[in-house]
Amino acid sequence: MENVQEIKTETIESESRKRTKKFIKSLFKRKIVLVSAIGLLLIIFSAVFAPLISPYDPNAQVLSEALQGPSASHIFGTDNYGRDILSRIFYGGRVSLIVGVAAVLGACVIGTFFGMVSGFFGGWIDDVINRISEAIRAIPQIVLAMSLCAIFGGGVVNLAIILGISNIAVYIRMMRGQVLSVKEQDYIMAAKLQGNKSFRMMMKHILPNCVSPIIVQMTLQIGQTILAEAGLSFLGLGISAPTASWGSIVSDGRQYLLQNPWFSIAPGICIALLVIFLNTIGDGVRDVLDPRMRGRR
Amino acid sequence: MNHLLEVKDLVTCFHTDDGDVTAVDRVSLHIDRGEIIGLVGESGSGKSVTMMSIQQLISPPGYVKSGEVYLDGVEGNLLTYKADSEKMRSIRGGRISMIFQEPMTSLNPVLTIGYQIQENILQHTDLDPEAAKKKAIEMLKMVKIPDAEQRYNDYPQQFSGGMRQRIMIAIALSANPDLLIADEATTALDVTTQAQILEMIRSIAKKTNTAVIIVTHNLGIVARFAERIYVMYSGRVMETSKTWNIFKKSGHPYTKALLRAIPRLDDPKDRVLIPIDGLPPSPADRPTYCPFYKRCEYRKDSCKENAMPDLQEIGPDHYSACLLSQNEMQAKEIELRNRPQKAAPVKNIRDENVLEVEGVKKYFPILKGIMRRHVGDVKAIEDISYTLKKGETLGIVGESGCGKTTMARCVMRVYKPEAGIIRFNGIDIAGMKDKELAPYRSKIAMIFQDPFSSLDPRQTAGSIVEESLIINHSCKTEKERQEKVDRLFRLVGLDPSLKNRVPHEFSGGQRQRLGIARALSSDPEIIVCDEPISALDVSIQAQIINLLEEIQAKLGVSYIFIAHDLAVVKHISDRVLVMYLGHIVEIADCDELYKHPFHPYTEALLQAVPEADPDVEKTKPAVALEGEVPSIINRPAGCPFHNRCKHCMERCTKEVPQLTEFDSGHQVACFLFDKE
Amino acid sequence: MGRFILKRLGQTLIVLFIVSIFVFLMVSFLPGDPVYAMLGGEISQETYDKWYYDLGLDKPIVVRYFSWLGKALVGDFGTSASQHKAVIDVVAQRVPITLYFSILAFIISVPLGILLGVLAAVHRGTKLDGILTTFANVCSCLPQFFISVLFLYLFSMILHLLPSYGFTWPWEDFGKSVSQTIMPITCLAIGGVASICRQTRSSMLEVINQDYIRTAKSKGLSQHKIIMKHALKNALIPVITLMGLRLGGMMGGSMFVETVFNISGMDSLLVSAIRAQDIPLIQACVLLIAVVGSVANIITDIVYAAVDPRIRI
Repeated sequence: MENVQEIKTETIESESRKRTKKFIKSLFKRKIVLVSAIGLLLIIFSAVFAPLISPYDPNAQVLSEALQGPSASHIFGTDNYGRDILSRIFYGGRVSLIVGVAAVLGACVIGTFFGMVSGFFGGWIDDVINRISEAIRAIPQIVLAMSLCAIFGGGVVNLAIILGISNIAVYIRMMRGQVLSVKEQDYIMAAKLQGNKSFRMMMKHILPNCVSPIIVQMTLQIGQTILAEAGLSFLGLGISAPTASWGSIVSDGRQYLLQNPWFSIAPGICIALLVIFLNTIGDGVRDVLDPRMRGRR
Repeated sequence: MNHLLEVKDLVTCFHTDDGDVTAVDRVSLHIDRGEIIGLVGESGSGKSVTMMSIQQLISPPGYVKSGEVYLDGVEGNLLTYKADSEKMRSIRGGRISMIFQEPMTSLNPVLTIGYQIQENILQHTDLDPEAAKKKAIEMLKMVKIPDAEQRYNDYPQQFSGGMRQRIMIAIALSANPDLLIADEATTALDVTTQAQILEMIRSIAKKTNTAVIIVTHNLGIVARFAERIYVMYSGRVMETSKTWNIFKKSGHPYTKALLRAIPRLDDPKDRVLIPIDGLPPSPADRPTYCPFYKRCEYRKDSCKENAMPDLQEIGPDHYSACLLSQNEMQAKEIELRNRPQKAAPVKNIRDENVLEVEGVKKYFPILKGIMRRHVGDVKAIEDISYTLKKGETLGIVGESGCGKTTMARCVMRVYKPEAGIIRFNGIDIAGMKDKELAPYRSKIAMIFQDPFSSLDPRQTAGSIVEESLIINHSCKTEKERQEKVDRLFRLVGLDPSLKNRVPHEFSGGQRQRLGIARALSSDPEIIVCDEPISALDVSIQAQIINLLEEIQAKLGVSYIFIAHDLAVVKHISDRVLVMYLGHIVEIADCDELYKHPFHPYTEALLQAVPEADPDVEKTKPAVALEGEVPSIINRPAGCPFHNRCKHCMERCTKEVPQLTEFDSGHQVACFLFDKE
Repeated sequence: MGRFILKRLGQTLIVLFIVSIFVFLMVSFLPGDPVYAMLGGEISQETYDKWYYDLGLDKPIVVRYFSWLGKALVGDFGTSASQHKAVIDVVAQRVPITLYFSILAFIISVPLGILLGVLAAVHRGTKLDGILTTFANVCSCLPQFFISVLFLYLFSMILHLLPSYGFTWPWEDFGKSVSQTIMPITCLAIGGVASICRQTRSSMLEVINQDYIRTAKSKGLSQHKIIMKHALKNALIPVITLMGLRLGGMMGGSMFVETVFNISGMDSLLVSAIRAQDIPLIQACVLLIAVVGSVANIITDIVYAAVDPRIRI
């Protein structure tokens, strides 16, 4: 008997809670991850409570105050219509976050499903799914999103769908690779020998063992998607005026860099910060889930 | 006379978040020119770290904390030279060279083997590249790589594991070092290859007066090859002496316990293995007193009160790190031996076949091209026939690639055999579809080799064990199910309160117990054990073997026991089946087979196994079997073994010998024993 | 080798076939009447009829696809709705400019990224590593359009060092060309340098922990030799994948730079085509981008096989 006596009886809850606690503790042990998490929370907070904390109506035009530099009343100054940039940034954060999260979640669910089916069953199903996902990947994400925009037009909902579609292939490929490697493990054979049916096998044994890289990929992908959304809006293909979006504010401000550089620079910094926070957290999560990679990136 | 290498009080630590962990604790050892010594210990005992420390190959977070290393001809303590200094680099590879455990990963995959040998020669000698190449080819020939010139420009992945290890040896010896360290160099290889390689190292070393340190966990290897032995445990040297003393007059309780825990080829059938209870302490919370205290049968209270003792001389050239005097130890020994011993579990073999396999074949198709054209078959197993009685253990042995696992998977119906009958309790399951198979799946269970990859890391221990109960609806209520799970936990010696842990929170031995509990959960009649103990440490192996035997006595299940360790197979099996390249070459009762092996292959295999007894080892031929198992794709025509067989006749190259009954129950496939 | 390339070519053809279907279907997916969608409502019946027949909208979709594909294969993508010229002529004029920028950026970013990545890995844990890693992490998060705007503001508007827009071929006016291209190229390359640096660093660190590096150390080789001869070649294998991706995305990756710096390359053409819903033009651009991407993929695979002897073809 191996150390049986040393181990105390514990309930299910405390075991899993202990694991969660340990995860959170090792995740935030690195200061930079903690700082990023706080920064991310601040951005989420400002986006959710934009109506409460914005000093002005983001779309209220006061042409007499157009293109002012930063001042006490307008921290980042005003734009060419005299709208308060700070308020527009608060509201613009909503677009970025909603589009980023919705697109990635949707893509992840659909992509993971197809990737799992493709890897698990193999054969012609695998071939078909593979070729389609390769075709999607043959077109750069931003070009694909742009062409879809040309057909369906912009707007928050359309953007989320469009960027979601252009993300699907990433998850199909990733999940397929994961399933192929997990499938070779002995515990999958053990599960099969115990009489598991395909569906139960996928849900109970394969999916749980494939999720951690998918979760890491999701955090990183939200950042990429926010960049793509900002890019589309910058090109004037995404969110249409007068709705504020970080990308479109940067674009609008380009012509007025000499009058009020913050018009462009402030939202640009916001995009960069949001993506940096998300990436740092994503890297942190990966380090904890896959200790082999610790400190490598 | 100066020793070639002398190590004094070496301490190596690893820096972790919770402070420094000492992996090697005040180890001292020495070796003379031309001597072969053995360093034995279980995983985590610090034997490899010691060897790496000597050459300053420890990389962060590890570091050598203190100690002295002296090499004959080098001024001062080696450890005072910087790891990257000219001096140290000329010693590494030039005077001390090392062969590592993993032949598959120790060679650089993107450089040719020729380059990798030549590089070492250029680094340590004055030869020009042309001469170095010549020397490299010479080295390849010396380690018996066929067609050395042609293969000079091949990449490592074009060689088999045994061949790669030979190449590693060629690299290591290319600059004529004074000391060769073989760190578990043959652990990943088959017994026959292992014997060839170690024998080759020995003969080269003796020819060139090179000293060799064999680092291993295998007591048999040191019994055969080493002249002197250091036994390590938990970062300390526990005992050191001449090989014969270690095995025949062992002084330290740990050494004694190890020898009692391992099965041997010459064991009587009813010997009970005495496992070492518990686990080695983790290096992070190693006590200041003797680290073996907790598991020691001889322990006294004073052991816990005093600090870990240093090595004491207990005989001529014989040192042991134990507080007990020889007299105390002997007294205790008598007391222990007089205690009632656990009797061997009584088997109940019934004269009724639970499994009958007849003419089973399994081919894997070779597909080529875009259209996946079928161009041929890998004939993994051919014409396999045998029976298994209720309550019986059938051992299956053979080198890797002989089809043991394929055969087991056919019985498990992971694979569908191309031809043949597999009768389970009289019903043929060989051709059944998945749906028809369902009721039989639960009757044939499996225990896997790797306790780490065979348990789903995302499930709790409890849900791993209860899964088949849920799938087969074998319990009516949740409560009944939980009770059954608890019962299974207790049966395999696990505390049911561990149910909510996930697999990585268990030790290797505990995980293997979980695997056994899972196999038992569906009330199987046959359990296929595929190398169930080869991933475990020596002291844990005995625990699992005993557990398997107890369970069989209690439940009357039949085992198909696959292993490459012939001593273990002998210990646990009633009958043994020997396979070679997909064919059965011999089946016999266990004792009969080990006493009177008929087939030349069986005979060679038995001789290749190193035994933990230097006296027995002396009587064996140096290399029992030349060459390697050919790839199954180019199986020789006729008898598959004919090109390695000493008794090969003309007939053997043309016809495949059939398995024929020779004695009662003793079947062999060899023309030497053809009755005509 | 030949067999392998043939197989990859076959797969690529299938992929391009699927892409071409998607590209073709863009017309059918347009909401409402495609002709009106492309040309706006205020056109004469005559113009409408001409476009209707040119697009082949009177024929069944399969027939339409194959006649479109047949023409597309010989470079005939029809007439641009917004520029009233043959699509192929419009595109051909723009492609070299985009290629010029992306190839230059690629050539700069690959060696620089690898160099910085190796430096960071070798000096792991030092200040240099910290600076390089932070640089790489931040730069791979910065949106390209934002870098471009920042550069424009800084170097053109504040420092007045470089012109803010335009493009001249180097053989027309070398000095002018250099001053005009320096900023766009830097903006294009910066992301590549950052991501290649990150990938190189992480795969170097992965490789350094491998058993064969331990073997190399046990031979007494110098640090320099271990890195250059044993580690780098292994570490570059995953970097090749990344390079392939960048190479593949080359044609469709400079729309931001082209927009900000007013360069009339193919990507800015695509942007304006999308704004104008000029479907034939979009089709030509997207198909071209996909072809370049797929060819880059094949090249990557071949390079991969050449570098890694483990891949047997």
